[in-house]
Amino acid sequence: MESLYLLIPLSVLLVFLIGALFWWSMRSGQFDDLEGPAHRILQDDDSAHAVSSKKEIETPKTPD
Amino acid sequence: MNDIASAPCFHCGEPVPRNLNYTVVYRDIPRPVCCAGCQSVASSIIDAGLADYYEQREQPADRAQPLPAELQERLRLYDDPALQQGFVTGDGSNGREAALLIEGISCAACIWLNERQIARVPGVREVSINYTTHRARVRWDNSKTQLSDILKAVADIGYHAQPYDRARQELVADKTRKSALFRLWVAGLSMMQVMMFTVPIYINGIEDIAPQWLRLLQWAGFMLTLPVVLYSAWPFYVSSWRDARRGRAGMDLPVSIGVLAAFAASTWTLIAGHGEVYFDSVSMFVFLLLGGRYLESRARRRAGAALDDLAGMLPAFAHRQTAPDYAQIEEVAVIHLRPDDRVLVKPGEIIPVDGVVLQGQSSVNEALLTGESAPVSKAERHDVTAGTVNLDSPLIIKTTHVGESTRLAGIVRLLDGALAEKPRIAQVADKISGLFVAVLLGVALLTWLFWQWHDPQHALPIAIAVLVISCPCALSLATPAALTAATGHLALRGLLVSRGHTLETMTDVTDIVFDKTGTLTQGQPRLIHTAVWYGEPERAAGIAAALEAHSEHPLAHALSRETAVFATDVTNHPGGGLTGMIDGTGYTIGKLQFVAAHCAAAPPGVPADAPAGTHIWLACATKWIACFTLADSVRPEAAGAVQALQKQGYTVHLLSGDHEAAVADLAATLGIASHTASATPAGKLKVMQQLQRSGKKVMMIGDGVNDAPVLALAHVSVAMGSGVDIAQATGDAVLYDSKLDVLPMALALARKTRKVIRQNLAWALGYNLVALPLAVCGLVTPWLASLGMAASSLLVVGNALRLAAPGRLKHNKKTTADQGLA
Repeated sequence: MESLYLLIPLSVLLVFLIGALFWWSMRSGQFDDLEGPAHRILQDDDSAHAVSSKKEIETPKTPD
Repeated sequence: MNDIASAPCFHCGEPVPRNLNYTVVYRDIPRPVCCAGCQSVASSIIDAGLADYYEQREQPADRAQPLPAELQERLRLYDDPALQQGFVTGDGSNGREAALLIEGISCAACIWLNERQIARVPGVREVSINYTTHRARVRWDNSKTQLSDILKAVADIGYHAQPYDRARQELVADKTRKSALFRLWVAGLSMMQVMMFTVPIYINGIEDIAPQWLRLLQWAGFMLTLPVVLYSAWPFYVSSWRDARRGRAGMDLPVSIGVLAAFAASTWTLIAGHGEVYFDSVSMFVFLLLGGRYLESRARRRAGAALDDLAGMLPAFAHRQTAPDYAQIEEVAVIHLRPDDRVLVKPGEIIPVDGVVLQGQSSVNEALLTGESAPVSKAERHDVTAGTVNLDSPLIIKTTHVGESTRLAGIVRLLDGALAEKPRIAQVADKISGLFVAVLLGVALLTWLFWQWHDPQHALPIAIAVLVISCPCALSLATPAALTAATGHLALRGLLVSRGHTLETMTDVTDIVFDKTGTLTQGQPRLIHTAVWYGEPERAAGIAAALEAHSEHPLAHALSRETAVFATDVTNHPGGGLTGMIDGTGYTIGKLQFVAAHCAAAPPGVPADAPAGTHIWLACATKWIACFTLADSVRPEAAGAVQALQKQGYTVHLLSGDHEAAVADLAATLGIASHTASATPAGKLKVMQQLQRSGKKVMMIGDGVNDAPVLALAHVSVAMGSGVDIAQATGDAVLYDSKLDVLPMALALARKTRKVIRQNLAWALGYNLVALPLAVCGLVTPWLASLGMAASSLLVVGNALRLAAPGRLKHNKKTTADQGLA
C-alpha cells in the first residue's frame, strides 16, 4: 500500500506531462494541417529545401 | 475524328489539335502539349528538376495560359511596401513573411510542386503550404529577392498566387480555436484522472478508506483540478463578469459560481481534513460544457468557411487611364483607385470597382451577383458592379465606389454580422437560465442559512450539493448541443446553415418558393436539339465548336466539344455572334439577324421539330448550315424533391423572371400548381408579400442577388451553392452542392431538432425541480449529487446526438430524401 505514496503523485505528474506534450504539439502546428504529412511521407523528395542538387539540369527554355 | 492526335495534352490532359505541333521532352521522349502556355509551364517544371510532379499527380493540371508580359509588370507592383502593408510582416531587417493563396491546386503533387518551386527562388528561407486550405506561408530575405519573384515563380509553373490579406484575421481565429481546444483537452485529461482517484472512494464509501489514503487521493484530485479551475474555466468567468457588469445573469454565471463554489468548498474541506470533496464534479462539469461549446463553434466556423473567400474575388490591380487626356494607361493597385478615376477593363477581366460605363459596349457576366448565367449587355451610362466579369470587348469605366463601399464589400459585411448571430431559441434558453440562476442562488443561500441555524456542521456541504446537483449544466447544454448536432448533420448532407435562426424558423414554414434558373434548373444552357440543312451534322457541330472556342459566352460553352476543325481569323461581334475562316471558307454563327446579315440566302424558319429555347444559327456566305437549340435542363433530383415537399404538406410555388411558356412548362413537369412568370425583382417581392400577408411562413430557395430582396423578406432563405459565391452570402443557409433533395430532409430535421430541444429543456427543468428540493432537504449525498448532474448532462447530450448523422457520408448518399428521417 505504501507504494501509493509514490504512484499517485507520479500519476499526477504524468498527467501534467501529457498536458505539456499536447500543448507543445499544438503550439508547433501539428494540428494545423491534418492531411499534408500523410501525403508528404509518400513523396521521395520530402524536404522543401533540398532542391539545389537537381538544379544543374536546368536548360534554357525553348518555346517554339 | 481522325484529325485529333491520339494522346491528350501532356500537361493539362485536354485534346491536342493535330495541326499544332507543341511538344515538351519528358524522360527523353517528346510529348504533345496543346498550347504554348502548357508548353512553357511543362518545360519550366521539367527544367527545374521537378518532373516527379508528373508521376505523383492524380489529376491533370488546369490548362495553362501563356504568361503575358503585362502580368510580369503587374507582379512588380506587389513589391510596393504600401501595398504589402496588408499581408506582409517584416522582422525589422530584411526578413519578410507573407500569406499567399494559391489557386489551381488539385492534388498533393501540386502542393509538392509549388513548394519546391518557391523554395528554389534564391533568398526564400521557408515555405509551407497547407493541404487543406491551399494557403502558403512564405518567408524570404528581402535583400535577395522580392515578393514579385516568388509570385512569378508560381506563375511560371501555371498556378496563380495571390496575397491572402485576411491572414491576420485568420490568425486570431486560429489562436482562439487552439486555446479552446487546449482548454477542452486540459479539462478532459483532468476529468479522467480525477475520476480514477474518486472511484475508490465511491466504491468503498468514505468511511471505509483509511484517512491517510483518502487525503492522498483528495490532494491528487485537488492538484489536477487546479488547472481546470484556473485555466479551462476561464472563459466562463470572463463571460459572466461581462454579463454581470451589464446587469444580466447569463448562463455562464451559475457555471462560474458552481465551479468556484464547489472548488472552494472542496479545498476548504480538504484543508479542514474532514468531509467530502467535489473535484471530480468540477472537472467533469467544465469538460462537458467546453466540449459542447467547442463543437458548436466548429460547426459555425465550417458554415462560414465556404463563404470566406468572397473578399479575395476582386483583382488586385487595374488599368487606370491617367489624366489629363486619358491617353496613357498605367497599372495601379485597386486599393489606390479613387472615385472618378477612369479604369479600362479588358475582355475576360473582373471589374474591380463599382462604376458607370463611359465608353464601350460589351456584355458582362453578373452571375456572381444575380445568379443568371446569361450575360447582361452594357453600354454607356450603365452601372457595373465590382466582382462581375467583362466578356466581349473593352470597357472604360468611371469609378463610383471602391474598396469597402462596393456592393461586394457590403455583402461580405452582412455575412460577417450574420455569422456572429445567436439563435433565438438559444437566447430564450439564456433568459430561462438567467431566471434559473437567480432562483438557484437564492435557494442555495437560503438552504445554507437554514442549515446553519439547524445543523451548522452540514450547512456548507448541503449548500454545495444544491449548487452541484442543480448546476444548470443540462439546461445550458440542451440547446447548443441539439443545434450543433443538427447543423453538423446538415453540413454533411450538403446544407450549410449560416444564420442562427434558420433551423428554428424552418419548423414554422408552410410554403416553399423556388426560383427557376439555376435553382430548379442547372442554370447552364445545354445543346438539346440540332437541325442541319447542309452537310454532315458532325461537321456542322465541329464548325460551331471551332468558332465558339474563341468566345467566353456561356452559350458558347454549351456548343464547345472536342473537334479537329480549326478556325482562323475569328472575330467576336458583341451582341451578335462570331465570324471566322475554316479551310478557306468564311462562316458566321450567332443570332438569326446577325447571321442573316452575313448570308446571301434567305433565312429558313425555326425548324418545326425544335423545342423551345435559344436558337443559334450557323451559315456560310451562301448557305444556311444548321440551327442549334440550347435550353436549360432541369436538375435531375428536382422532381423528387418537389414531390417529397408536397407530401410533407408544404405548398410549393415557382417564381421566375423567365417568360411564361418556359415557366409553365417547368411547373407542369414538376407538378407545381402555383407559378408566376416574367417577375421582376419588384414583382417577386410583391408575390412574396402577398403570401406573407395571408399568414404563410415562406421558405425561399434562390441563387442570386437578383433574388436578394425576396430572399431577405422570406422567413427562411436557402441559396444554391453552385459556383456563385456571392449569392450564398444572402441566404440563411447554403445548399453547397446544389442537391435539392436535401431540402425535405432538412425541414424534417428542423422539426426534429425543435422537438429534441424542447425535450432537453423539459428534462433539464424537470430534473432540477425534483433534484433541488431533495438536495435542499439534505437527502442527497454529495456523490449522488455529482452523479446526478453528470447523468443529466449526458442524457441531454445523448438526446441531442440523435440529430447527428446516423452514419458517415457513404450511407448518406444512398439515403433518399423521403426515408432520411422517419
